[in-house]
Amino acid sequence: MPVLEVRNIRKSFGNVEVLKGIDFTLEKGGALSIIGSSGSGKTTLLRCLNFLERPDEGSIKVNGEVLLDCSDPSTLRESQIRQKRLHFGLVFQSFNLFPQYTALKNVLLAPKLIAKENHDWEKIRHDVYDEAYDIFRNIGLYDRMDNYPHQLSGGQQQRVAIARALIMHPDILCFDEPTSALDPELTGEVLKVINKLSEQKTTMIIVTHEMEFARDVADHVIFMDGGIICEQGDPQEVFNNPKEERTKQFLTRYSRSQ
Amino acid sequence: MSTILEQLPIVVNALNEGFIQTLKLFAVTLLGAFPLGLIIAFGSLSKFKVISITTSFIIWIIRGTPLMIQLLIVYYFPGLVLHSPIWGGGESGRFLAASIAFIVNYACYFSEIYRGGILSVPIGQSEAGLVLGMTKSQIFFNVTLLQMIKRIVPPISNEIITLVKDTALARIIALQEVIWAGQAFMKGSHGISGAIWPLFFTAFYYLIFNGIVTLLLGRLERKLDYFR
Ligand SMILES: Nc1ncnc2c1ncn2[C@@H]1O[C@H](COP(=O)(O)OP(=O)(O)OP(=O)(O)O)[C@@H](O)[C@H]1O
Ligand SMILES: [Mg+2]
Repeated sequence: MPVLEVRNIRKSFGNVEVLKGIDFTLEKGGALSIIGSSGSGKTTLLRCLNFLERPDEGSIKVNGEVLLDCSDPSTLRESQIRQKRLHFGLVFQSFNLFPQYTALKNVLLAPKLIAKENHDWEKIRHDVYDEAYDIFRNIGLYDRMDNYPHQLSGGQQQRVAIARALIMHPDILCFDEPTSALDPELTGEVLKVINKLSEQKTTMIIVTHEMEFARDVADHVIFMDGGIICEQGDPQEVFNNPKEERTKQFLTRYSRSQ
Repeated sequence: MSTILEQLPIVVNALNEGFIQTLKLFAVTLLGAFPLGLIIAFGSLSKFKVISITTSFIIWIIRGTPLMIQLLIVYYFPGLVLHSPIWGGGESGRFLAASIAFIVNYACYFSEIYRGGILSVPIGQSEAGLVLGMTKSQIFFNVTLLQMIKRIVPPISNEIITLVKDTALARIIALQEVIWAGQAFMKGSHGISGAIWPLFFTAFYYLIFNGIVTLLLGRLERKLDYFR
């Protein structure tokens, strides 16, 4: 059974239809990369998965559980959205770290607030801290935990943002162009962390304009164009032997501009 | 005719008493206007049109008319027009009326500053909180609030310094604040009459108090310098 099943997702803003029926599935431990030109709806799709936008049509299933089905009002209740969101994590293009907290506190804030609601923060406090330390070691920032975001480089900030998502144990971790806001010399350190997560079998969806990375990190790639999935499949296949004319054009445009 | 040096202790005593009234009005206004301003700010940001339009209308009226007129209306309207004086007589009644006029007036100015502060925190901050499973109120208190405070300290500081001086307006309804006390020595008070220097002397009270306020607010601003 796939971790994630997305069926016929449609989303309009005003009378502009941005997603025109998106279908795909994702296996546990799989890494999916999504490529496509600007405005093709990649961000909107990730935002729908994270319940930051509500699709007009379609359904989202995680581990067989229907999280959202636009034809079933009982799945649309505002009060349950918060719980459902936790199946997904999202790493933003612009990091969005909380500037008033240190890197460590950025990572601990959400688990702490949730534990406090359940009155078991004191009980799990040590474990959460230990896990945070582990994650910081994993992303190579153990010695920078006490820095504030503005004291960190963009690449370091983005790694902290990844840590902040990881500690919530999402079933699926989404990245929206995680390196687009970074200077070229800093993209490598972030891609390395994502690669490592992929080797550790973290289930991921990665929207990126780094074509080589999209091909190498993923075991499945989706090419989006104008709100539909134009082509999808094995990365080697799609990148080396695109079937659709639009995919070919997109890939040549990219290889030329690189 | 006694010399200024002989008058000084008497005058300072009277002015001190007046200045206590000034400080009380100052403190009560801040205590009331800080939270009320936040409520008004949320009102003007409400997605319910009725609420946001009504709130903006009230803000427009309060900011569009002089505080002095508002003081007169709050103090005299219930008694003279509605024939049901609600403030009670004497200094405590005047203080209550003045407090209400000042709180409402300053809350409206604060609300606009708050609103700007809330809107200036990037939407990505609350979205980051949402995807981490935080509730809207957790996000407001743990993420947005301090960033907003950092951004509003400078404009709020300006308002606070203006408030120190604005308290003098309350003598229009005969609240016995420091300028009122200084002026009294012209007509005659505590055995001194025809003296104008006590009135001029009140300026020092404002100057020194504003100096202290400026120092404290500057310290707060520097305290929040630890993040960007
Ligand atoms: N909140 C919104 N209101 C109106 N239109 C929107 C909104 N969000 C996105 N759009 C529009 O939807 C379309 C798809 O946007 P989206 O951000 O999903 O594209 P994208 O594939 O992520 O592009 P990019 O590669 O530039 O990030 C664009 O035309 C955009 O202008
Ligand atoms: Mg995008």
